[in-house]
Amino acid sequence: MRALTWQGKHDVRVETMPDPQIVNPRDAIIEVTSTAICGSDLHLYDAVIPGLKAGDILGHEFMGRVVETGPGSTLKPGQRVVVPFTISCGACFFCRAGQFAACDNSNPVETQEASELLFGHPVSGFFGYSHLTGGYPGGQAEYVRVPFSDVGPLVIPEGPTDEEVLFLSDILPTGWMAAENAQIAPGDNVAVWGCGPVGLFAVQSALLMGAGQVIAIDHHPRRLELARSLGAKTVDYRQSHVLEALMEMTGGIGPDAVIDAVGMESHGFSPDNLMDAAKQKIGIGADRAHVLRLALTAVRKGGRVSIPGVYGGLADKFPLGTLMEKGLQIRTGQTHVQAYTKQLLHRILEGEIDTTFLISHRLPLEQAATGYRNFRDNQNDWTKVVLKPGRSGADLLP
Amino acid sequence: MRQHDPAHPQAMGQGEAEQDHDSAPGRTARTLDFGGYQVVGRTVTIAADPALIHDHFRDPARLNAILGSHLRVEPGAGDHLVWVLATSSREIRVETAPVHDRPGEMRAWRSVEGAELDVEIKVQLREAPAGRGTEVEAHVAYRPKWGLAGHLAARLRGIDPKAQGRQALKRLKMLLETGEIATARNRRAG
Ligand SMILES: [Zn+2]
Ligand SMILES: [Zn+2]
Repeated sequence: MRALTWQGKHDVRVETMPDPQIVNPRDAIIEVTSTAICGSDLHLYDAVIPGLKAGDILGHEFMGRVVETGPGSTLKPGQRVVVPFTISCGACFFCRAGQFAACDNSNPVETQEASELLFGHPVSGFFGYSHLTGGYPGGQAEYVRVPFSDVGPLVIPEGPTDEEVLFLSDILPTGWMAAENAQIAPGDNVAVWGCGPVGLFAVQSALLMGAGQVIAIDHHPRRLELARSLGAKTVDYRQSHVLEALMEMTGGIGPDAVIDAVGMESHGFSPDNLMDAAKQKIGIGADRAHVLRLALTAVRKGGRVSIPGVYGGLADKFPLGTLMEKGLQIRTGQTHVQAYTKQLLHRILEGEIDTTFLISHRLPLEQAATGYRNFRDNQNDWTKVVLKPGRSGADLLP
Repeated sequence: MRQHDPAHPQAMGQGEAEQDHDSAPGRTARTLDFGGYQVVGRTVTIAADPALIHDHFRDPARLNAILGSHLRVEPGAGDHLVWVLATSSREIRVETAPVHDRPGEMRAWRSVEGAELDVEIKVQLREAPAGRGTEVEAHVAYRPKWGLAGHLAARLRGIDPKAQGRQALKRLKMLLETGEIATARNRRAG
Protein backbone atom coordinates (compact mmCIF):
# COMPACT_ATOMS: atom_id res chain seq x y z
CA MET A 1 0.00 0.00 0.00
CA ARG A 2 0.95 3.66 -0.23
CA ALA A 3 1.46 5.50 3.05
CA LEU A 4 2.84 8.79 4.35
CA THR A 5 5.99 8.04 6.32
CA TRP A 6 8.05 10.16 8.69
CA GLN A 7 11.73 10.17 7.78
CA GLY A 8 13.06 12.97 9.96
CA LYS A 9 12.56 16.63 10.72
CA HIS A 10 10.58 18.30 7.91
CA ASP A 11 10.92 15.14 5.83
CA VAL A 12 7.75 13.15 5.20
CA ARG A 13 7.32 10.97 2.10
CA VAL A 14 4.66 8.78 0.57
CA GLU A 15 6.18 5.32 0.16
CA THR A 16 5.11 1.78 -0.59
CA MET A 17 4.70 -0.19 2.64
CA PRO A 18 3.45 -3.73 3.38
CA ASP A 19 -0.35 -4.00 3.65
CA PRO A 20 -1.52 -4.43 7.24
CA GLN A 21 -3.01 -7.73 8.41
CA ILE A 22 -5.34 -8.84 11.19
CA VAL A 23 -2.96 -9.52 14.11
CA ASN A 24 -5.22 -9.70 17.19
CA PRO A 25 -8.77 -11.13 17.38
CA ARG A 26 -10.52 -7.79 17.84
CA ASP A 27 -8.72 -6.08 14.90
CA ALA A 28 -10.28 -4.78 11.72
CA ILE A 29 -8.60 -3.57 8.54
CA ILE A 30 -9.97 -0.27 7.18
CA GLU A 31 -9.52 1.00 3.62
CA VAL A 32 -9.04 4.73 4.18
CA THR A 33 -11.23 7.06 2.12
CA SER A 34 -10.40 10.36 3.88
CA THR A 35 -7.70 11.37 6.36
CA ALA A 36 -6.68 14.77 7.72
CA ILE A 37 -3.45 16.44 8.78
CA CYS A 38 -3.70 17.62 12.39
CA GLY A 39 -1.91 20.37 14.26
CA SER A 40 -0.32 17.70 16.42
CA ASP A 41 1.06 16.04 13.26
CA LEU A 42 3.08 19.24 12.88
CA HIS A 43 4.72 18.49 16.25
CA LEU A 44 6.00 15.30 14.64
CA TYR A 45 6.92 17.12 11.43
CA ASP A 46 8.91 19.63 13.46
CA ALA A 47 10.50 16.72 15.38
CA VAL A 48 9.65 18.24 18.78
CA ILE A 49 7.91 15.08 19.98
CA PRO A 50 10.46 12.34 20.71
CA GLY A 51 10.01 8.65 20.00
CA LEU A 52 9.52 8.59 16.23
CA LYS A 53 11.45 6.23 13.99
CA ALA A 54 12.22 6.71 10.31
CA GLY A 55 9.55 4.90 8.33
CA ASP A 56 6.73 5.38 10.85
CA ILE A 57 3.32 5.88 9.20
CA LEU A 58 1.62 9.07 10.46
CA GLY A 59 -2.03 10.08 10.71
CA HIS A 60 -4.61 9.79 13.47
CA GLU A 61 -7.67 11.42 11.87
CA PHE A 62 -9.12 8.97 9.35
CA MET A 63 -12.18 7.11 8.16
CA GLY A 64 -12.97 4.49 5.56
CA ARG A 65 -14.54 1.17 4.68
CA VAL A 66 -14.13 -2.03 6.64
CA VAL A 67 -12.42 -4.61 4.43
CA GLU A 68 -11.48 -7.37 6.89
CA THR A 69 -12.36 -8.27 10.47
CA GLY A 70 -10.92 -10.53 13.17
CA PRO A 71 -13.16 -13.02 15.00
CA GLY A 72 -13.62 -10.60 17.94
CA SER A 73 -14.63 -7.58 15.86
CA THR A 74 -18.26 -6.46 15.74
CA LEU A 75 -17.79 -4.66 12.40
CA LYS A 76 -18.83 -6.04 9.03
CA PRO A 77 -16.96 -5.69 5.75
CA GLY A 78 -18.37 -2.80 3.71
CA GLN A 79 -19.38 -0.67 6.69
CA ARG A 80 -18.25 2.95 6.62
CA VAL A 81 -16.55 3.99 9.88
CA VAL A 82 -14.84 6.95 11.53
CA VAL A 83 -11.98 5.81 13.77
CA PRO A 84 -11.11 7.68 17.03
CA PHE A 85 -7.43 8.59 17.37
CA THR A 86 -7.43 7.10 20.87
CA ILE A 87 -7.03 3.33 20.95
CA SER A 88 -9.11 2.03 23.85
CA CYS A 89 -9.95 -1.46 25.08
CA GLY A 90 -13.39 -0.67 26.50
CA ALA A 91 -12.83 -3.03 29.45
CA CYS A 92 -10.25 -1.56 31.82
CA PHE A 93 -11.00 0.58 34.86
CA PHE A 94 -10.57 3.80 32.85
CA CYS A 95 -12.54 2.77 29.77
CA ARG A 96 -15.40 1.62 31.99
CA ALA A 97 -15.37 5.08 33.62
CA GLY A 98 -15.60 6.70 30.17
CA GLN A 99 -12.00 7.91 30.37
CA PHE A 100 -11.02 6.26 27.11
CA ALA A 101 -7.85 8.32 26.57
CA ALA A 102 -6.50 6.84 29.82
CA CYS A 103 -6.90 3.21 28.67
CA ASP A 104 -4.48 0.91 30.50
CA ASN A 105 -4.45 -1.83 27.88
CA SER A 106 -3.86 -0.23 24.49
CA ASN A 107 -0.23 0.88 24.75
CA PRO A 108 2.00 -2.21 24.36
CA VAL A 109 3.87 -3.00 27.59
CA GLU A 110 7.30 -2.23 26.16
CA THR A 111 6.28 1.26 25.01
CA GLN A 112 4.48 2.02 28.29
CA GLU A 113 7.80 2.23 30.09
CA ALA A 114 8.87 5.72 28.97
CA SER A 115 5.69 7.59 29.90
CA GLU A 116 5.37 5.62 33.14
CA LEU A 117 8.82 6.89 34.08
CA LEU A 118 8.05 10.43 32.93
CA PHE A 119 4.48 10.94 34.18
CA GLY A 120 4.18 8.29 36.91
CA HIS A 121 1.63 6.37 34.85
CA PRO A 122 1.70 5.12 31.28
CA VAL A 123 -0.28 6.91 28.57
CA SER A 124 -2.61 4.98 26.27
CA GLY A 125 -2.13 4.06 22.62
CA PHE A 126 -2.74 6.51 19.74
CA PHE A 127 -2.62 5.98 15.99
CA GLY A 128 0.23 7.44 13.98
CA TYR A 129 2.02 9.18 16.79
CA SER A 130 5.10 8.73 18.96
CA HIS A 131 6.34 5.36 20.18
CA LEU A 132 5.58 6.74 23.66
CA THR A 133 1.94 6.19 22.69
CA GLY A 134 2.57 2.77 21.18
CA GLY A 135 3.98 3.60 17.76
CA TYR A 136 0.83 2.32 16.03
CA PRO A 137 0.94 2.78 12.22
CA GLY A 138 -1.39 5.64 11.32
CA GLY A 139 -4.15 6.50 8.92
CA GLN A 140 -2.45 8.66 6.27
CA ALA A 141 -2.30 5.46 4.24
CA GLU A 142 -4.45 3.32 2.01
CA TYR A 143 -5.10 0.77 4.76
CA VAL A 144 -4.93 0.75 8.57
CA ARG A 145 -5.02 -2.02 11.14
CA VAL A 146 -7.52 -0.90 13.82
CA PRO A 147 -7.19 -2.69 17.20
CA PHE A 148 -10.24 -3.03 19.49
CA SER A 149 -12.44 -2.41 16.47
CA ASP A 150 -15.50 -3.40 18.51
CA VAL A 151 -14.99 -0.32 20.76
CA GLY A 152 -13.62 2.64 18.77
CA PRO A 153 -14.92 2.83 15.20
CA LEU A 154 -18.22 4.64 14.74
CA VAL A 155 -20.44 3.23 11.98
CA ILE A 156 -21.71 6.03 9.73
CA PRO A 157 -25.11 5.64 8.10
CA GLU A 158 -25.51 6.32 4.38
CA GLY A 159 -26.12 10.01 3.75
CA PRO A 160 -23.44 12.32 5.14
CA THR A 161 -20.28 12.86 3.11
CA ASP A 162 -16.86 11.92 4.49
CA GLU A 163 -16.10 15.58 5.14
CA GLU A 164 -19.21 16.02 7.26
CA VAL A 165 -18.13 13.29 9.72
CA LEU A 166 -14.33 12.90 9.40
CA PHE A 167 -13.54 15.25 12.29
CA LEU A 168 -15.35 13.00 14.75
CA SER A 169 -11.99 11.18 14.82
CA ASP A 170 -10.33 13.90 16.90
CA ILE A 171 -10.79 17.65 16.59
CA LEU A 172 -14.57 17.91 16.94
CA PRO A 173 -14.70 15.82 20.15
CA THR A 174 -11.58 17.65 21.32
CA GLY A 175 -13.22 21.06 20.83
CA TRP A 176 -16.41 19.77 22.46
CA MET A 177 -14.59 18.32 25.49
CA ALA A 178 -12.67 21.62 25.82
CA ALA A 179 -15.98 23.47 26.11
CA GLU A 180 -17.37 20.81 28.46
CA ASN A 181 -14.26 21.16 30.65
CA ALA A 182 -15.00 24.90 30.81
CA GLN A 183 -18.30 23.99 32.55
CA ILE A 184 -20.25 26.62 30.67
CA ALA A 185 -23.45 27.97 32.22
CA PRO A 186 -26.05 29.77 30.10
CA GLY A 187 -25.04 33.35 29.43
CA ASP A 188 -21.37 32.86 30.34
CA ASN A 189 -18.57 34.88 28.84
CA VAL A 190 -15.98 32.52 27.39
CA ALA A 191 -12.56 33.40 25.95
CA VAL A 192 -10.80 31.00 23.56
CA TRP A 193 -7.11 31.39 22.72
CA GLY A 194 -6.18 29.97 19.30
CA CYS A 195 -8.44 29.73 16.26
CA GLY A 196 -6.94 26.56 14.90
CA PRO A 197 -9.31 23.64 14.30
CA VAL A 198 -9.70 22.77 18.00
CA GLY A 199 -10.18 26.41 19.02
CA LEU A 200 -12.83 26.93 16.34
CA PHE A 201 -14.71 23.79 17.35
CA ALA A 202 -14.47 24.90 20.99
CA VAL A 203 -16.06 28.23 19.95
CA GLN A 204 -18.86 26.37 18.17
CA SER A 205 -19.37 23.98 21.10
CA ALA A 206 -19.38 26.74 23.73
CA LEU A 207 -22.10 28.60 21.83
CA LEU A 208 -24.16 25.39 21.52
CA MET A 209 -23.77 24.92 25.28
CA GLY A 210 -25.39 28.29 25.86
CA ALA A 211 -22.47 30.70 26.26
CA GLY A 212 -23.71 34.29 26.03
CA GLN A 213 -20.54 35.58 24.42
CA VAL A 214 -17.51 33.75 23.07
CA ILE A 215 -14.40 35.81 22.39
CA ALA A 216 -11.81 34.19 20.11
CA ILE A 217 -8.18 35.36 20.18
CA ASP A 218 -5.67 34.86 17.35
CA HIS A 219 -3.78 36.92 14.77
CA HIS A 220 -4.46 35.11 11.48
CA PRO A 221 -7.18 37.16 9.70
CA ARG A 222 -8.65 34.14 7.89
CA ARG A 223 -8.97 32.15 11.13
CA LEU A 224 -10.51 35.10 13.00
CA GLU A 225 -13.00 35.47 10.15
CA LEU A 226 -13.99 31.79 10.56
CA ALA A 227 -14.52 32.39 14.30
CA ARG A 228 -16.77 35.37 13.54
CA SER A 229 -18.73 33.28 11.03
CA LEU A 230 -19.50 30.85 13.88
CA GLY A 231 -20.87 33.69 16.00
CA ALA A 232 -17.81 34.62 18.08
CA LYS A 233 -16.47 38.08 18.82
CA THR A 234 -12.76 38.31 18.07
CA VAL A 235 -9.63 39.93 19.47
CA ASP A 236 -6.56 40.17 17.22
CA TYR A 237 -3.65 40.31 19.67
CA ARG A 238 -1.60 42.25 17.15
CA GLN A 239 -4.23 44.98 17.14
CA SER A 240 -5.43 45.07 20.74
CA HIS A 241 -4.27 44.56 24.32
CA VAL A 242 -5.90 41.22 25.09
CA LEU A 243 -6.23 41.51 28.89
CA GLU A 244 -7.71 44.97 28.76
CA ALA A 245 -10.00 44.07 25.86
CA LEU A 246 -11.35 41.00 27.69
CA MET A 247 -12.06 43.02 30.85
CA GLU A 248 -13.84 45.72 28.89
CA MET A 249 -15.87 43.18 26.87
CA THR A 250 -17.07 41.40 30.03
CA GLY A 251 -18.24 44.38 32.07
CA GLY A 252 -15.06 44.50 34.12
CA ILE A 253 -15.63 41.02 35.55
CA GLY A 254 -13.43 38.94 33.24
CA PRO A 255 -14.45 35.81 31.31
CA ASP A 256 -16.21 33.12 33.38
CA ALA A 257 -14.23 30.47 31.55
CA VAL A 258 -11.10 30.47 29.42
CA ILE A 259 -9.91 27.85 26.93
CA ASP A 260 -6.25 27.51 25.93
CA ALA A 261 -6.41 25.89 22.49
CA VAL A 262 -2.83 26.83 21.66
CA GLY A 263 -0.76 24.66 23.97
CA MET A 264 2.96 24.62 24.13
CA GLU A 265 3.10 23.50 20.55
CA SER A 266 6.82 23.66 20.20
CA HIS A 267 7.35 21.61 23.33
CA GLY A 268 7.45 17.84 23.39
CA PHE A 269 7.06 15.09 25.94
CA SER A 270 10.36 15.06 27.74
CA PRO A 271 12.10 17.69 29.84
CA ASP A 272 15.30 17.59 27.81
CA ASN A 273 13.38 17.88 24.58
CA LEU A 274 11.57 20.81 26.09
CA MET A 275 14.89 22.49 26.70
CA ASP A 276 15.93 21.78 23.12
CA ALA A 277 12.73 23.21 21.77
CA ALA A 278 13.11 26.31 23.89
CA LYS A 279 16.67 26.77 22.71
CA GLN A 280 15.70 26.27 19.09
CA LYS A 281 12.72 28.54 19.05
CA ILE A 282 13.05 30.99 21.87
CA GLY A 283 10.49 33.44 20.56
CA ILE A 284 7.76 30.93 19.84
CA GLY A 285 8.34 28.90 22.99
CA ALA A 286 8.04 31.97 25.17
CA ASP A 287 4.90 33.14 23.36
CA ARG A 288 3.15 29.85 23.73
CA ALA A 289 3.88 29.50 27.44
CA HIS A 290 2.61 33.04 27.62
CA VAL A 291 -0.90 32.01 26.52
CA LEU A 292 -1.67 29.92 29.59
CA ARG A 293 -0.32 32.63 31.92
CA LEU A 294 -2.43 35.20 30.11
CA ALA A 295 -5.54 33.02 30.29
CA LEU A 296 -5.08 32.55 34.05
CA THR A 297 -4.71 36.28 34.49
CA ALA A 298 -7.73 37.09 32.33
CA VAL A 299 -10.25 34.65 33.81
CA ARG A 300 -12.55 36.01 36.51
CA LYS A 301 -12.13 35.08 40.18
CA GLY A 302 -13.52 31.60 40.77
CA GLY A 303 -13.49 30.98 37.03
CA ARG A 304 -12.75 27.84 35.03
CA VAL A 305 -9.70 27.08 32.92
CA SER A 306 -9.85 24.43 30.19
CA ILE A 307 -6.67 23.28 28.46
CA PRO A 308 -7.14 21.21 25.28
CA GLY A 309 -3.83 22.48 23.89
CA VAL A 310 -1.07 19.92 23.95
CA TYR A 311 1.52 20.16 26.71
CA GLY A 312 4.05 17.42 27.18
CA GLY A 313 6.75 18.45 29.57
CA LEU A 314 7.47 21.07 32.20
CA ALA A 315 6.21 24.62 32.20
CA ASP A 316 8.36 27.43 33.41
CA LYS A 317 6.95 30.30 35.50
CA PHE A 318 3.55 28.71 35.97
CA PRO A 319 1.49 31.27 37.94
CA LEU A 320 0.46 29.06 40.82
CA GLY A 321 -0.33 32.11 42.94
CA THR A 322 -2.87 33.36 40.40
CA LEU A 323 -4.51 29.97 40.44
CA MET A 324 -4.75 29.86 44.23
CA GLU A 325 -5.52 33.47 45.08
CA LYS A 326 -8.29 33.69 42.45
CA GLY A 327 -9.71 30.27 43.35
CA LEU A 328 -9.54 28.86 39.83
CA GLN A 329 -10.31 25.37 38.57
CA ILE A 330 -8.34 23.69 35.79
CA ARG A 331 -9.50 20.79 33.63
CA THR A 332 -7.47 19.27 30.84
CA GLY A 333 -6.53 16.00 29.16
CA GLN A 334 -6.33 14.04 25.96
CA THR A 335 -9.80 13.61 24.50
CA HIS A 336 -11.97 10.66 25.52
CA VAL A 337 -13.12 10.49 21.90
CA GLN A 338 -15.28 7.36 22.24
CA ALA A 339 -17.34 9.09 24.94
CA TYR A 340 -18.49 11.81 22.50
CA THR A 341 -18.71 10.31 19.01
CA LYS A 342 -22.32 9.09 19.14
CA GLN A 343 -23.88 12.31 20.46
CA LEU A 344 -21.80 14.47 18.13
CA LEU A 345 -22.72 12.35 15.10
CA HIS A 346 -26.34 12.85 16.13
CA ARG A 347 -25.84 16.62 16.23
CA ILE A 348 -24.22 16.54 12.78
CA LEU A 349 -27.08 14.49 11.32
CA GLU A 350 -29.59 16.91 12.94
CA GLY A 351 -27.82 19.84 11.28
CA GLU A 352 -26.76 21.41 14.59
CA ILE A 353 -23.05 21.15 13.84
CA ASP A 354 -21.26 21.66 10.53
CA THR A 355 -17.53 21.00 10.37
CA THR A 356 -16.90 21.36 6.64
CA PHE A 357 -16.30 25.13 6.87
CA LEU A 358 -12.86 24.36 8.26
CA ILE A 359 -11.51 22.50 5.22
CA SER A 360 -9.35 24.72 3.03
CA HIS A 361 -7.54 22.13 0.93
CA ARG A 362 -8.09 18.63 -0.44
CA LEU A 363 -5.13 16.71 -1.81
CA PRO A 364 -4.44 13.19 -3.04
CA LEU A 365 -2.41 11.19 -0.51
CA GLU A 366 0.52 11.29 -2.94
CA GLN A 367 0.78 15.07 -2.33
CA ALA A 368 0.72 14.77 1.47
CA ALA A 369 4.19 16.31 1.85
CA THR A 370 2.94 19.49 0.15
CA GLY A 371 0.05 19.52 2.59
CA TYR A 372 2.36 19.29 5.60
CA ARG A 373 4.62 22.06 4.35
CA ASN A 374 1.81 24.51 3.63
CA PHE A 375 -0.24 23.67 6.73
CA ARG A 376 2.86 24.54 8.75
CA ASP A 377 4.09 27.57 6.83
CA ASN A 378 0.84 29.24 5.80
CA GLN A 379 -1.51 28.86 8.74
CA ASN A 380 -3.71 31.73 7.63
CA ASP A 381 -4.84 30.11 4.38
CA TRP A 382 -4.28 26.40 5.06
CA THR A 383 -6.78 25.90 7.87
CA LYS A 384 -7.33 22.14 7.38
CA VAL A 385 -6.03 19.65 4.83
CA VAL A 386 -7.92 16.48 3.90
CA LEU A 387 -5.98 13.75 2.10
CA LYS A 388 -7.63 11.29 -0.25
CA PRO A 389 -5.83 7.95 -0.72
CA GLY A 390 -6.33 6.37 -4.11
CA ARG A 391 -7.37 9.62 -5.78
CA SER A 392 -5.38 11.32 -8.51
CA GLY A 393 -5.98 14.98 -7.78
CA ALA A 394 -7.86 15.97 -10.93
CA ASP A 395 -11.04 14.55 -9.43
CA LEU A 396 -10.59 16.58 -6.25
CA LEU A 397 -11.11 19.96 -7.89
CA PRO A 398 -14.25 21.57 -6.48
CA MET B 1 7.09 -5.34 63.30
CA ARG B 2 7.57 -7.85 60.56
CA GLN B 3 7.65 -11.49 61.47
CA HIS B 4 10.46 -13.59 60.09
CA ASP B 5 8.85 -15.76 57.49
CA PRO B 6 10.65 -17.79 54.85
CA ALA B 7 7.94 -16.72 52.45
CA HIS B 8 8.86 -13.09 53.09
CA PRO B 9 12.60 -12.96 52.55
CA GLN B 10 12.43 -9.17 52.46
CA ALA B 11 12.21 -9.37 56.24
CA MET B 12 15.38 -11.37 56.47
CA GLY B 13 18.41 -9.55 57.74
CA GLN B 14 16.35 -6.92 59.47
CA GLY B 15 16.73 -9.02 62.56
CA GLU B 16 14.19 -8.88 65.31
CA ALA B 17 14.90 -5.25 66.03
CA GLU B 18 12.10 -3.56 67.93
CA GLN B 19 11.05 -0.96 65.43
CA ASP B 20 7.75 0.50 64.30
CA HIS B 21 7.09 -0.19 60.66
CA ASP B 22 4.82 1.80 58.43
CA SER B 23 2.20 0.15 56.21
CA ALA B 24 4.28 0.20 53.03
CA PRO B 25 5.35 -3.12 51.45
CA GLY B 26 8.82 -4.22 52.56
CA ARG B 27 10.28 -3.86 49.08
CA THR B 28 9.60 -0.11 49.13
CA ALA B 29 11.84 0.34 52.16
CA ARG B 30 14.67 2.82 51.80
CA THR B 31 17.14 0.28 53.12
CA LEU B 32 19.36 -1.55 50.68
CA ASP B 33 19.81 -4.36 53.15
CA PHE B 34 17.41 -7.20 52.55
CA GLY B 35 19.81 -9.79 53.93
CA GLY B 36 21.71 -9.96 50.68
CA TYR B 37 18.55 -10.27 48.61
CA GLN B 38 17.35 -7.98 45.90
CA VAL B 39 13.62 -7.55 46.37
CA VAL B 40 11.37 -6.26 43.61
CA GLY B 41 7.66 -6.37 43.01
CA ARG B 42 4.61 -4.78 41.53
CA THR B 43 0.86 -4.72 42.07
CA VAL B 44 -1.73 -4.36 39.31
CA THR B 45 -5.49 -4.42 39.56
CA ILE B 46 -7.16 -6.76 37.10
CA ALA B 47 -10.89 -6.75 36.43
CA ALA B 48 -11.13 -10.53 36.73
CA ASP B 49 -12.00 -13.24 39.20
CA PRO B 50 -9.15 -14.38 41.52
CA ALA B 51 -9.71 -18.05 40.64
CA LEU B 52 -9.20 -17.28 36.95
CA ILE B 53 -6.01 -15.37 37.71
CA HIS B 54 -4.71 -18.12 39.96
CA ASP B 55 -5.26 -20.70 37.22
CA HIS B 56 -3.05 -18.64 34.96
CA PHE B 57 -0.11 -19.17 37.31
CA ARG B 58 -0.60 -22.92 37.47
CA ASP B 59 -0.30 -23.54 33.75
CA PRO B 60 3.20 -23.17 32.23
CA ALA B 61 1.77 -22.57 28.75
CA ARG B 62 -0.43 -19.72 29.96
CA LEU B 63 2.38 -18.35 32.09
CA ASN B 64 4.64 -18.29 29.05
CA ALA B 65 2.10 -16.16 27.19
CA ILE B 66 2.80 -13.25 29.56
CA LEU B 67 6.50 -13.62 30.36
CA GLY B 68 7.93 -11.85 27.32
CA SER B 69 10.73 -12.86 25.02
CA HIS B 70 13.59 -13.20 27.52
CA LEU B 71 11.92 -15.45 30.06
CA ARG B 72 10.00 -18.72 29.87
CA VAL B 73 9.05 -21.61 32.11
CA GLU B 74 9.26 -25.36 31.53
CA PRO B 75 7.77 -28.16 33.62
CA GLY B 76 10.42 -29.77 35.84
CA ALA B 77 10.51 -33.04 37.77
CA GLY B 78 7.31 -33.68 39.73
CA ASP B 79 5.66 -30.39 40.57
CA HIS B 80 8.84 -28.39 39.93
CA LEU B 81 8.95 -25.49 37.51
CA VAL B 82 12.11 -24.43 35.64
CA TRP B 83 12.50 -20.72 34.87
CA VAL B 84 14.67 -20.11 31.83
CA LEU B 85 16.20 -16.66 31.59
CA ALA B 86 17.75 -15.68 28.27
CA THR B 87 20.62 -13.28 28.85
CA SER B 88 22.72 -11.64 26.19
CA SER B 89 25.33 -14.40 26.53
CA ARG B 90 23.51 -17.59 27.57
CA GLU B 91 20.44 -19.15 29.13
CA ILE B 92 20.20 -19.41 32.90
CA ARG B 93 17.98 -22.25 34.13
CA VAL B 94 16.58 -22.05 37.66
CA GLU B 95 14.66 -25.00 39.02
CA THR B 96 11.99 -24.08 41.57
CA ALA B 97 9.59 -26.01 43.79
CA PRO B 98 6.17 -24.71 44.83
CA VAL B 99 6.12 -23.40 48.39
CA HIS B 100 2.57 -22.07 48.49
CA ASP B 101 -0.48 -22.86 46.44
CA ARG B 102 -3.63 -21.44 47.98
CA PRO B 103 -6.31 -21.25 45.27
CA GLY B 104 -7.45 -17.70 44.64
CA GLU B 105 -4.93 -16.31 47.14
CA MET B 106 -1.30 -17.13 46.62
CA ARG B 107 1.16 -19.08 44.56
CA ALA B 108 4.91 -19.12 45.23
CA TRP B 109 7.99 -20.93 44.04
CA ARG B 110 11.43 -21.20 45.64
CA SER B 111 14.64 -22.27 43.97
CA VAL B 112 15.83 -25.76 44.94
CA GLU B 113 19.17 -26.52 46.65
CA GLY B 114 22.04 -25.98 44.28
CA ALA B 115 20.14 -23.83 41.77
CA GLU B 116 22.21 -21.24 39.93
CA LEU B 117 20.13 -18.44 41.41
CA ASP B 118 18.70 -18.28 44.94
CA VAL B 119 15.25 -16.91 44.26
CA GLU B 120 11.68 -16.80 45.48
CA ILE B 121 8.81 -15.81 43.21
CA LYS B 122 5.46 -15.13 44.81
CA VAL B 123 2.07 -14.03 43.48
CA GLN B 124 -0.57 -12.88 45.94
CA LEU B 125 -4.19 -12.09 45.13
CA ARG B 126 -6.54 -9.83 47.08
CA GLU B 127 -10.03 -8.61 46.31
CA ALA B 128 -9.84 -5.02 45.10
CA PRO B 129 -12.16 -2.40 46.60
CA ALA B 130 -15.27 -1.02 44.90
CA GLY B 131 -15.72 -3.86 42.44
CA ARG B 132 -12.44 -3.15 40.67
CA GLY B 133 -11.57 -6.83 40.49
CA THR B 134 -8.45 -8.40 41.98
CA GLU B 135 -5.21 -6.83 43.15
CA VAL B 136 -2.39 -9.03 41.89
CA GLU B 137 0.96 -8.59 43.59
CA ALA B 138 4.03 -10.24 42.16
CA HIS B 139 7.13 -10.30 44.28
CA VAL B 140 10.60 -11.58 43.46
CA ALA B 141 13.39 -11.91 46.02
CA TYR B 142 16.69 -13.12 44.63
CA ARG B 143 20.28 -13.33 45.73
CA PRO B 144 22.69 -13.02 42.82
CA LYS B 145 26.00 -14.81 43.15
CA TRP B 146 28.75 -12.44 44.27
CA GLY B 147 26.31 -10.01 45.89
CA LEU B 148 25.78 -6.52 44.55
CA ALA B 149 28.53 -6.84 41.95
CA GLY B 150 26.78 -9.94 40.66
CA HIS B 151 23.52 -8.01 40.58
CA LEU B 152 25.03 -5.22 38.53
CA ALA B 153 26.63 -7.72 36.18
CA ALA B 154 23.24 -9.37 35.75
CA ARG B 155 21.66 -6.02 34.89
CA LEU B 156 24.32 -5.50 32.25
CA ARG B 157 23.46 -8.87 30.72
CA GLY B 158 19.86 -7.83 30.34
CA ILE B 159 18.41 -9.45 33.46
CA ASP B 160 15.98 -7.06 35.09
CA PRO B 161 13.45 -8.95 37.25
CA LYS B 162 11.68 -5.72 38.18
CA ALA B 163 10.90 -4.77 34.58
CA GLN B 164 10.18 -8.38 33.61
CA GLY B 165 7.75 -8.78 36.50
CA ARG B 166 6.05 -5.45 35.80
CA GLN B 167 5.65 -6.24 32.11
CA ALA B 168 4.40 -9.77 32.75
CA LEU B 169 1.65 -8.46 35.05
CA LYS B 170 0.62 -5.87 32.47
CA ARG B 171 0.40 -8.58 29.77
CA LEU B 172 -1.72 -10.70 32.12
CA LYS B 173 -4.01 -7.73 32.71
CA MET B 174 -4.39 -7.14 28.97
CA LEU B 175 -5.07 -10.80 28.29
CA LEU B 176 -7.69 -11.18 31.02
CA GLU B 177 -9.41 -7.83 30.47
CA THR B 178 -9.33 -7.67 26.68
CA GLY B 179 -8.63 -11.21 25.45
CA GLU B 180 -5.43 -10.14 23.71
CA ILE B 181 -2.02 -8.57 24.29
CA ALA B 182 -1.66 -5.15 22.69
CA THR B 183 0.83 -4.84 19.85
CA ALA B 184 1.61 -2.16 17.29
CA ARG B 185 2.79 -4.78 14.80
CA ASN B 186 0.97 -4.41 11.52
CA ARG B 187 1.50 -7.97 10.32
CA ARG B 188 1.43 -11.43 11.82
CA ALA B 189 4.79 -12.94 12.67
CA GLY B 190 6.49 -15.10 10.06
ZN1 LIG C 1 -5.57 15.38 15.60
ZN1 LIG D 1 -9.16 0.44 28.37
